[in-house]
Amino acid sequence: MFNFRSYAKAGSVQEAIRLLGENPDAHLIAGGTDILVKLHKGKAQFDHLVDIHDLAELNFITQNDSGDIIIGPLVRFTQVAESELIYQHIPILSQAVLTIGGPQVRNVATIGGNLCNGVPSADSATPLIALNAAVTIEGRDGSRQMPLESFFLGPSQVALERHEILTAITITHDNYADYFGHFHKYAMREAMDISTIGCSAVCKIKDGILQDLRLAFGVAAPIPIRCKGTEDKVRGRKITPKLLTDIANYVSTDVRPRTSWRAAKEFRLQIITTLARRVVERALLNAGGIIQ
Amino acid sequence: MNRQIRLTVNGKKKEIRIDVRQSLLEVLREQLGLLSVKQGCSVGECGACTVLIDDVPIDACLYLAVWADGKTIRTVEGESRDGKLSSVQQAFVDEGAVQCGICTPGFVMAATSFVEKHKQQKVSRHDIRRGLAGNLCRCTGYDTIVTAVQKCLDDDD
Repeated sequence: MFNFRSYAKAGSVQEAIRLLGENPDAHLIAGGTDILVKLHKGKAQFDHLVDIHDLAELNFITQNDSGDIIIGPLVRFTQVAESELIYQHIPILSQAVLTIGGPQVRNVATIGGNLCNGVPSADSATPLIALNAAVTIEGRDGSRQMPLESFFLGPSQVALERHEILTAITITHDNYADYFGHFHKYAMREAMDISTIGCSAVCKIKDGILQDLRLAFGVAAPIPIRCKGTEDKVRGRKITPKLLTDIANYVSTDVRPRTSWRAAKEFRLQIITTLARRVVERALLNAGGIIQ
Repeated sequence: MNRQIRLTVNGKKKEIRIDVRQSLLEVLREQLGLLSVKQGCSVGECGACTVLIDDVPIDACLYLAVWADGKTIRTVEGESRDGKLSSVQQAFVDEGAVQCGICTPGFVMAATSFVEKHKQQKVSRHDIRRGLAGNLCRCTGYDTIVTAVQKCLDDDD
């Protein structure tokens, strides 16, 4: 038996906000594949749960009239992977979520939970920040939107007040149209593993020129990060082998990997440099680029 | 923290009283006596507790029993019909995909879902391995299990 002290099931987003407001120690539980593991290990921080596991109003994948793709936070990874809409427009996300856990976990774990845990290894985070995704947050005082990139504050810390709840993830049309991408997860095993390093790149090219690059890494810093220094340096450059070498060289100034039991800092840096080159190369090829 | 929940387990409707702190694994084993649902790692890594909820495989150890309210659960106990093993069960027997057996019920359920989803599709051995990546077996080396699943997919019936 899990050892939590109170449990309330929310029937709506508004009820979840109210329940969170009534108890400052309360935590939302969605898919449960992280929180129940922590409870099993006896962590006391999840003593009071507000349950949104089956809240249908937060489980949707839609496209609005402007072409923006909007994903509800309670969408399961399997739903993301099987969504035609996502595969057609932002296949980098379909690719990334299939590297998470195994089938049983992906059938239950939610994309919103992955983001709200705030861990640097969240595999859905790097494709989404490479796509300039925005998050919608609702609380007592109404609704607000912010870039997903600024949502991550530190290890296990995200920009949610105690009474707030993530209600949507939006990828606007201009942020994915004409962009092509690639994702790679470096881990010790092919499944059921945590990223040693995760890398996402999306790019837009025209007439052999790199118009735009957005490069993101997981586990390369205390939060999932974008490599904006590198991106700024290479925008407008010709697509050549030298460009890839430069990207690999520049990227080390954008990252701050650390040593953990999983990998040493130096090893992580090596992987980051290698992936920067390989993942951007694949993204360029996916965009129809010829590297010469 | 008790709740009354209604669910269908292996084709039979049940109404039971559970504690909201209980996992589905505990309720299936301790209240409903379905001992095929094995407790392995308890943290969603080994897949020994795999059951199907509305035909989708999940780890019962990381699933609150209260979430099963209104849903349909399948465990290995309900897979045979009139004393005849399901095609997946029979394939596991035929291919020798069982050694110590502790992982087998979970594997059978994960494989059953995979076969139902991919019947008559072109599926590689690598795809099967990916489809069963949430289940660990320490005895067989997986080859016989993959072969059993391959055989079920190739069967016409």
